[in-house]
Amino acid sequence: MNAILEGFRGFARYFGGVLGADAYAKYLEHHAASGHAEKPMTEREFWRDRTDRQDSNPQGRCC
Amino acid sequence: MGKMPDGKARTSLTEDALRPDPNLPPTAVDEAVLEAEERKWTPAKIAVWAAVALLGGVAWFMVAIIRGETVNAVWFVFASVCTYLIGYRFYSKIIERYITRPNDRRATPAEYKADGKDYVRTDRNVLFGHHFAAIAGAGPLVGPVIAAQMGYLPGTIWIIVGVVLAGAVQDYLVLFFSMRRGGRSLGQMAREELGVIGGTAALIATLLIMVIIVAILALVVVNALGESPWGVFSVGMTIPIALFMGVYLRFLRPGKVMEVSLIGFVLLMAAIIGGGIVADTEWGAAVFHLDKVTIAWGLIGYGFIAAILPVWLLLAPRDYLSTFMKIGVIVMLALAIIVVRPEITVPAFSEFASRENGPVFPGALFPFLFVTIACGALSGFHALISSGTTPKLIEKERQARLIGYGGMLMESFVAIMALVAAISIDRGLYFAMNSPAALTGGTVQTAATWVNSLGLAGVNLTPDLLAETARIVGEESIVSRTGGAPTLAVGLAHIMQQFIGGTAMMAFWYHFAIMFEALFILTAVDAGTRVARFMLQDSIGNFVPKFKEHSWRPGAWLCTAVMVGAWGAVLLMGVTDPLGGINTLFPLFGIANQLLAAIALSVCLAIAAKRGTIKYLWIVALPLAFAAVVTITASFHKIFSPVPAVGYFANNAAFSRALADGKTEFGTAKSVAAMEAVVRNTMIQGWLSVIFVVLSIIVIITAFVATVRAFRNDAAGAAHTDHEDPAVPSRSYAPAGLIPTPAEREIMAEWNKLPPDLRLEKSAHH
Repeated sequence: MNAILEGFRGFARYFGGVLGADAYAKYLEHHAASGHAEKPMTEREFWRDRTDRQDSNPQGRCC
Repeated sequence: MGKMPDGKARTSLTEDALRPDPNLPPTAVDEAVLEAEERKWTPAKIAVWAAVALLGGVAWFMVAIIRGETVNAVWFVFASVCTYLIGYRFYSKIIERYITRPNDRRATPAEYKADGKDYVRTDRNVLFGHHFAAIAGAGPLVGPVIAAQMGYLPGTIWIIVGVVLAGAVQDYLVLFFSMRRGGRSLGQMAREELGVIGGTAALIATLLIMVIIVAILALVVVNALGESPWGVFSVGMTIPIALFMGVYLRFLRPGKVMEVSLIGFVLLMAAIIGGGIVADTEWGAAVFHLDKVTIAWGLIGYGFIAAILPVWLLLAPRDYLSTFMKIGVIVMLALAIIVVRPEITVPAFSEFASRENGPVFPGALFPFLFVTIACGALSGFHALISSGTTPKLIEKERQARLIGYGGMLMESFVAIMALVAAISIDRGLYFAMNSPAALTGGTVQTAATWVNSLGLAGVNLTPDLLAETARIVGEESIVSRTGGAPTLAVGLAHIMQQFIGGTAMMAFWYHFAIMFEALFILTAVDAGTRVARFMLQDSIGNFVPKFKEHSWRPGAWLCTAVMVGAWGAVLLMGVTDPLGGINTLFPLFGIANQLLAAIALSVCLAIAAKRGTIKYLWIVALPLAFAAVVTITASFHKIFSPVPAVGYFANNAAFSRALADGKTEFGTAKSVAAMEAVVRNTMIQGWLSVIFVVLSIIVIITAFVATVRAFRNDAAGAAHTDHEDPAVPSRSYAPAGLIPTPAEREIMAEWNKLPPDLRLEKSAHH
């Protein structure tokens, strides 16, 4: 049972990664690792910043 | 084998200067160990590869040689998967060894430019999914369906062989070269490598090609939704669903991407089921029954608004939904085909394989089959994705092979599954659905009579079958529903109902398929319009600097309007075309896409030549030559062919003459206005073909010049100007392939023992 649950979690984590759901967690990791003095953005600020930057840097989607 | 066969060291001078940090474990598997691992053929390894080769051989034999009454779809799966495995294991390694020569001691842009936002080291398997979702869309689902006119074998061979030798090569090389340049775009690389003329021609060609591709994708949606209240309702509902998701993510629960995608998915399913109920009511049928021209105008208006709305409101949430559906649908379709294993009754080569007057698309097998199937075999559009986003996320250089080459193999597999789904339906039905209304007459009786008059072996279509199929998929009619999407939807519904739900579920599965194709296409239309708008803004910005400011509203709106106007005009031309839009325009789509591939491969050729890969340059030259020959021949047919069905100008002349003779109807055009429309459309299509082919020839010539110059430089022993970013030593490690090798595991274990403060943030887990 635990193995199935773990497998499902692993899949959900993978799928989330593909969607980009873990972007904030990775930003925090980067922020901590690079030792910035200022505080990291909050989750809300981060996602706002992310989509607002996409406004001027569109990512292509293929046919 | 530490040296290249032509005597050069495998690592260049700059790379030798890479001094790894002595406090860190190795950042790459030692060359000698890697070599030994690759050279060592254990009995188990030999047995596995022999089995793969044998199974693949048997499958190809069943598909290509045996001429029974039927062939089981499962052989298509085996033939393709085994060929992909062999191509990936052997051919892509040759490319890696002789052309790309990755160096894991060198940091990737995700490491040396890391910013936690755009440049983020991403686990290779996650990135594989991410890259695949970015490159695969409706293209591989549509082209193979249309190409099935020629029988299943030409398409199957081209999809599988083409991807191994051409499509995946292009994707891998562009990804790798862009990665070495900090994630620069194809346009920037073209400018650097080919100079101003080549670079400018590449830019203009890219912009025009994007317009054509967006227009024809939109045409596929319009054809699938025309006169279909159910389809219009459920696809229309994706807009409020996406808006809701956008607001949810922005204001209610920021960052809960998985959660909102699940909610969106449930709403989407509700929209499909609801569509059936709404379409059954009198008001629903009245409100959502729209003709194609209205839908086209709706799509144009939508395209403009979607491209100027902020990304968070519509584009980002719909992208989540589209990715979610993409992965889910493809896994499901693969499972269904393996479980159901449909029998294919379509002949390997149809009657139209040796003729050039096919009703679905005109022209001879060579070159037109090779442009009809672009996505899935060789798609130039991928070069725009492989340069730019993905290179900024890749962890280690050696992973580019898995992501670039492997990702494209996956798309090819999607194309094979689409082909299987399309050929699993009755052949008479296929021709009734995919031939323009001008030929079928539009009603079940006329369509059945016309299809039976084609004299196709084993085809005996009854009006009842057409009416019954339309009824069970919940549509008013399925006659002349061109564009590939409805055919695929019928095929998919046919397979899926045997897997889940039975005939009662046919209508659901049909509209499910229409829904996801429309979803992919709308995302591509949005994103394509945006990307094209920025390209236009930057180009105009060279003359009027104000346009370079992306936040300047009037400039942004004006450029958006220009791009939407351009693809909108082509779309309307296709929708109102008396000859049937797909029939005339689809070849232009394939030609445009593969001319872009020729441009991308030209840039790769010039780069590879400058890197001193003279002896193995054929790896790039081969697909480039093929793409160039196919697209230039196809363009010449379209421009110079005297057969009106094939040549745009021949058709133009025929209709002009008819008008001059005072005829009021000619061929498939039943009025003077329709005849004038044909004259206008063929003139535009003809000139577009001319412009494409001229621009591409310019790019190919400049690439050729750059390559010859590199040869001469090499002979003279002069140094090449190299546009790569300076090499920076890497401070991290990650394995290259799907499954780590023993040597890779050893290094990973060493890294895991390292105190956390010495390690870069770990990206294997997140």
